[in-house]
Amino acid sequence: MWRPLILVELLLEPLRHDFMVRALVISALVGGVCGLLSCYMTLKGWALMGDAVSHAVLPGVVLAYALGLPFSLGAFVFGVGSVAAIGFVKQKSRIKEDTVIGLVFTGFFALGLVLVSKTRSNIDLTQILFGNVLGISAADIQQTWMICLVVVALLLLFRRDLLLFCFDPTHARSIGINTGLLHYLLLSVLSLAAVAGLQTVGIILVVAMLVTPGATAYLLTDRFDRMTWLAIGSSVLSSLLGVYLSYWTDSSTAGCIVLVQTGLFLMAFLLAPRHGILCRPSS
Amino acid sequence: MTIRIAAEQLCVDYNGSVALYDASLTLPAGCICGMVGMNGAGKSTLFKALTGFVRPSRGRIRINGLKVAEAQREQAVAYVPQSEGIDCDFPVSVWDVVMMGRYGSMNLLRIPRQSDRLAVRDALERVELLDLRDRPLSALSGGQRKRAFLARAIAQRASVLLLDEPFNGVDVRTEKLMAELFLQLRSQACSILISTHDLSHVQDFCDVVVLINKTVLAYGETSEVFTAENLSQAFGGLPPDVLRGQTP
Repeated sequence: MWRPLILVELLLEPLRHDFMVRALVISALVGGVCGLLSCYMTLKGWALMGDAVSHAVLPGVVLAYALGLPFSLGAFVFGVGSVAAIGFVKQKSRIKEDTVIGLVFTGFFALGLVLVSKTRSNIDLTQILFGNVLGISAADIQQTWMICLVVVALLLLFRRDLLLFCFDPTHARSIGINTGLLHYLLLSVLSLAAVAGLQTVGIILVVAMLVTPGATAYLLTDRFDRMTWLAIGSSVLSSLLGVYLSYWTDSSTAGCIVLVQTGLFLMAFLLAPRHGILCRPSS
Repeated sequence: MTIRIAAEQLCVDYNGSVALYDASLTLPAGCICGMVGMNGAGKSTLFKALTGFVRPSRGRIRINGLKVAEAQREQAVAYVPQSEGIDCDFPVSVWDVVMMGRYGSMNLLRIPRQSDRLAVRDALERVELLDLRDRPLSALSGGQRKRAFLARAIAQRASVLLLDEPFNGVDVRTEKLMAELFLQLRSQACSILISTHDLSHVQDFCDVVVLINKTVLAYGETSEVFTAENLSQAFGGLPPDVLRGQTP
């Protein structure tokens, strides 16, 4: 009789703290939104792009703080700007794309670091790099909700076009769909989601939120609709479990969330019905 | 006679290197045209120009008398890709793939209407894939995959079909079925441009052939174009293996 009660107590006790309730809600929200986006990222092969954009938003965040603007705006400008820079350098030089991505985003990131040390403000670098969902402010919560709503609305509105864009851009183009617009739409959504993810897990780990759930879901199904639900589900579950774990063990929240995500991925990698390495039908 | 594709003196270059120069091509309605040339001869560049992916530096293209972008909005152009250009593990079903052919005729949210579903069903029947409509793309054989993409073009009801190496790695059944479909589409006044390096197919069912090597070397009926001189120009003086035993 008492054993289930202990489990219930273990789950309910943290909810007495307001900061825990906020952290759970916000990480689940951001997890769900990033999970949905991660399907497109993994299918489009944009994991590296996600990494680049999430790092490149740093100077934007710092400048926005310094200027008193909403930092999603700064992040958005620099996120999209970094991708434009990547495209420009790639087109105008003989350097290969992965090299260009590597050098552009580190350049942006370095600029961000210098700006942080030069602007006299109360920006906490650790908070930006590693997230601080337990101490998230009311203003940040509001902003995160806004960002998430915009991202979900855009992804739902254009989900079929984006799927086609990931799958076969040539066909999309040949039936008169504006693929350039979709390209920048997906990038904008990525920049926005990176800002939302930054709140919960920080710049360093946000790429995990944007890649891992999609990769896990991709191993579990051959249907896109199911893939999105699985990605959202696994991502929300990881966020909730991760926040609890960090509470119970008094360890990094971002680390715990991403660790649970990685754990779920490993389970799918080993045990997925058709694509897991232990269950793959021998051919 | 209606002209489907009219390309006049096209020039395309990528960052200064010329991919295609002075290429002209006119394709009437109800015509199957084989496009033959080596790798890098400009076949895919011509396709890219016809699908609006590259902008010619000179010359002009009209499809059904319209500019490329306008023709695309009218759903006039269908492109059937090489399987190599497609991620075969992409999580979509056969039905989804063929339905993508209808997107251009749907509203912004791409919600299929009854007419869209009927078009998809009809196209799947014609390529004999209706039974496999719920299969994921990854569970199909190479030939079935080719047929699925052909069905997408049929469902689109385009009048110009561009096919990139449609016979590469295809089983006999698919090859026969595709050839029959091409003839049916021709009788419906469609024009089909097929890029291929297998000259035997060209001789079997193409009405006209265009030989390409950075420009249009020769264009006309198969028997006129397939001369030893033209072929050696197209293939740089080295007839490829496929030519053996087939040159006149």
